[in-house]
Amino acid sequence: MKVREIKEVLGSKLIVGSEKALEREVLYACGSDLMSDVLAFVKEQTVLLTGLTNPQVIRTAEMLDVSAIVFVRGKKPTKDIIDMAIERDIVLLSTDYTLFEACGKLYQAGLRGRKDGE
Amino acid sequence: MASKQGNGGNIRQRYYIEAGNFATAGEAASNIKKLLKQLGVDGATVRRAAIAAYEAEMNLVIHSLGGSLELIVNPELITIIAEDQGPGIEDIEKAMQEGFSTASEHARELGFGAGMGLPNIKRCSDEFDIQSEVGKGTRLEITFIL
Repeated sequence: MKVREIKEVLGSKLIVGSEKALEREVLYACGSDLMSDVLAFVKEQTVLLTGLTNPQVIRTAEMLDVSAIVFVRGKKPTKDIIDMAIERDIVLLSTDYTLFEACGKLYQAGLRGRKDGE
Repeated sequence: MASKQGNGGNIRQRYYIEAGNFATAGEAASNIKKLLKQLGVDGATVRRAAIAAYEAEMNLVIHSLGGSLELIVNPELITIIAEDQGPGIEDIEKAMQEGFSTASEHARELGFGAGMGLPNIKRCSDEFDIQSEVGKGTRLEITFIL
């Protein structure tokens, strides 16, 4: 699924992201507020859904080569965090859905999580 | 902030990590990732080293009184050494268990302190060594085979 389709499925606003970055192919999704877990299990070509909007979310995404981050419940990060994402070419989206609902919508649309050991 | 010296094709870079500074936490790991990419290290190894370096850096920020992260690259190995000036780990075996954590509430609010750091560093690296003495400090050395 492309980042663009994720944006549409979640009816989300694009906070930042180039046209080219929206064409990225995403293989997995991960919904978590626990960056420790994200760091332990996430592979590349993943979209991260989270309710956290601190710099550590961007850092975590950077280390893992995460394609896009979706902030749930209409949350928007501050400018310094948006700047960090621009510098690292990470797409930022904001959806009004809760974490549970947003994950459900993407699952319904065919996106899956990565199983441990895969 | 960082010192760099090259000898015989080796790269040696040291980053000083401030205790409790969450605003800059991750900058050293970010630099290490960029540097390894520039050196042409394969993507999967860069990723493993970056994750381990970031976890080690977060550990220094969350738990230590301040310390450093050092990257040494030679044609065969990537070595990352995290060293601090204390307080030291009381029970390393316990610290290595998934889920055991002594992190502050603040670290937890940022999505850390779930007791996953050291086990994840071990999982990412090819060799893992940790030495610690209460009142003195901790030294973590991890290597990645190229």
